[in-house]
Amino acid sequence: MTKETLLEIKDLHACVGEKEILKGLSLTIPMGEVHAIMGPNGSGKSTLSNVIAGHPAYEVTGGQILFKGQDLLAMTPDERANSGVFLAFQYPTELPGVGTALFLKTALNAKRRFQGFPDLDAVGFMKRLKPRAQALGITDDMLKRPVNVGFSGGEKKKLETFQMAFLEPDFCILDEMDSGLDIDALRTVSEAVNVMREAHRSFLLITHYQRLLDYIVPDYIHIMVNGRIVDSGDKTLALKLEEKGYEDYK
Amino acid sequence: MEASNKKVREIISDRYKYGFETAVSSETAPKGLNEDIIRFISDRKKEPKWLLDFRLKAYRHWLTMAEPHWGKFSYPSIDYQDIYYYAAPQGQKIQSLDDVDPEILKTYEKLGIPLEEQKVLAGVAVDAIFDSVSVATTYREQLKEKGILFCPMSEAVREYPDLVRQYLGSVVPYTDNFFACLNSAVFSDGSFVYIPKGVRAPLELSSYFRMNAKNAGQFERTLIVAEEDSYVSYLEGCTAPQRDENQLHAAIVEIVVKDRAEVKYSTVQNWYPGDENGRGGIYNFVTKRGICHNHAKLSWTQVETGSAITWKYPSCILKGDYSIGEFYSVALTNNCQKADTGTKMIHLGKHTSSTIISKGVSAGRSDNTYRGLVKIAAGADQARNVSRCDSLLIGDKCGAHTIPVMTCGNTTGQIEHEATTSKISEDQLFYAESRGLNPEQAVGLIVNGFCREVMQKLPMEFAVEAQRLIGINLEGSVG
Repeated sequence: MTKETLLEIKDLHACVGEKEILKGLSLTIPMGEVHAIMGPNGSGKSTLSNVIAGHPAYEVTGGQILFKGQDLLAMTPDERANSGVFLAFQYPTELPGVGTALFLKTALNAKRRFQGFPDLDAVGFMKRLKPRAQALGITDDMLKRPVNVGFSGGEKKKLETFQMAFLEPDFCILDEMDSGLDIDALRTVSEAVNVMREAHRSFLLITHYQRLLDYIVPDYIHIMVNGRIVDSGDKTLALKLEEKGYEDYK
Repeated sequence: MEASNKKVREIISDRYKYGFETAVSSETAPKGLNEDIIRFISDRKKEPKWLLDFRLKAYRHWLTMAEPHWGKFSYPSIDYQDIYYYAAPQGQKIQSLDDVDPEILKTYEKLGIPLEEQKVLAGVAVDAIFDSVSVATTYREQLKEKGILFCPMSEAVREYPDLVRQYLGSVVPYTDNFFACLNSAVFSDGSFVYIPKGVRAPLELSSYFRMNAKNAGQFERTLIVAEEDSYVSYLEGCTAPQRDENQLHAAIVEIVVKDRAEVKYSTVQNWYPGDENGRGGIYNFVTKRGICHNHAKLSWTQVETGSAITWKYPSCILKGDYSIGEFYSVALTNNCQKADTGTKMIHLGKHTSSTIISKGVSAGRSDNTYRGLVKIAAGADQARNVSRCDSLLIGDKCGAHTIPVMTCGNTTGQIEHEATTSKISEDQLFYAESRGLNPEQAVGLIVNGFCREVMQKLPMEFAVEAQRLIGINLEGSVG
């Protein structure tokens, strides 16, 4: 039985300013699968994740992205999020004065409204919040702090993962999740991701290193060079890459 | 008294042979301003002669003054003969909510104000107003047991004339400035609060209660006297958007804080700001000042989101040694609004200290100015001030300006000033949007975060409404 497609990217072109970064990228991710994209610096990995999430600085000049069969590029960033797309940022932005818990509550209720559910009250919110926070070592103090303000690099990454676990998206993009994480933190974050692996949820991991893929084992690996996918394979591809680097693809 | 009133009426009707008769029966003075109008107001309010004299003296002085135009905004000279100074007509009589401007109802709904309250605010249901009056009365009785006086100014003039006479104009003299002088001549109503020695007001006093009983006029005058060792927290303004048909709102607030007393004065101002093209809206030209005696503390907190033009500088005269002045402000402007607001901290006593935290948020094509004065007088040994002014810009067509003036006449004085200007970044917006918040929610949350320090100074229920107001007033500022 073939799996249902969750995300389908066809011949995607995107620019920042005058410069074309994505040059005809195609990628299909079925439901329930974990895909990893590896590639050298400047190959367009982060651009891809920003374009999927809808960052206004990137202009799509050609191609198509279908998410659950719908035209994702026609949606605003918040519509994409509420439809089930989540981007865990490589460099999460600080929101001074905006309490983390309040931020999460606002985000959750935005999604619930989008789906036609009533707002979650304070009790329901805490019930949902607490166990997920504990699993990732997010303390009450961190939840009271403004979003990402005064957080260490590792804490920011944990907070990104925690937000993902909390909002329960269908499609999760993890942009360089492993950068700036020590081995213990990497283990914690990976565990949180693995717990979320379900038949209806897919992941796109963007990484430089094979190390992350020891913890989160992908179903497929894609090699991205110069704005395109140039090779795809199973997890053994990462090992080959570790040995030979990107030289063969250039 | 009755005789003199009669005489006044005679004089007036002599002048206004035509049309005034009907005006009297409808409790409305004709448009315009002259001594007869002032006599009429005073007579209608059954005021003692000293108050009429006070008004007339103010009026005569006002005639010698020029309308100020030094603010960071421009407005056409106001035609003072084109204003109703007493019982301004309500327009058509509102019978039910169906007669109320649907725009107003929509805003009420957004604010989550229950229907009954909406009726009261729109001045619809008479029974509801009566209900509120009785609520206000019970409330007042409870306060009276502690010796606290809290009533409309016009009532205070009649019932506690000695107190009013002693303090009225003692902090803001009628000669103070053009609009304060005008207010002194024609003030309609306002609140009077008196806290006796050693008494802590058991609840927050709010002009909201009273406003239900009586529609607030354009020229309110509030007087708060806190005797030694007393405490009161006073909330001004209704958090519901009030659409005022009148253009000019020139109020005065005077506060006397005696030795070791503390007064907290919080305002959430949301008068009609005009439409997105800058048509209409309130000119909010207000004078607020308090005087602090030894070890006294006065704390102003304001959230200014409404009015076409806001022009106010709630100030503290730190006369007593060890007295403390605080000013916490959020001023938010959108569309074509102008806000020119700040404070004056006048350090006269020794060891006086003051804190100023001002948050200005500008969106649309608005201008937001912080204007402040910190003055340490020669005799104010060891006086200290800390000021922080932060401005946040939304979009690229608005302006933020900071004009702090500091004078230090004593070598032991310390003044610190810090100012920042920032913009909401594309990345901040995108981050919030990528979590499912729409642009307006995102901006609202970020702006509220920016203002949090000041919002926290507001009493709880006020803070919640103020946050919501900020969201509502920012609508249309992104996109």
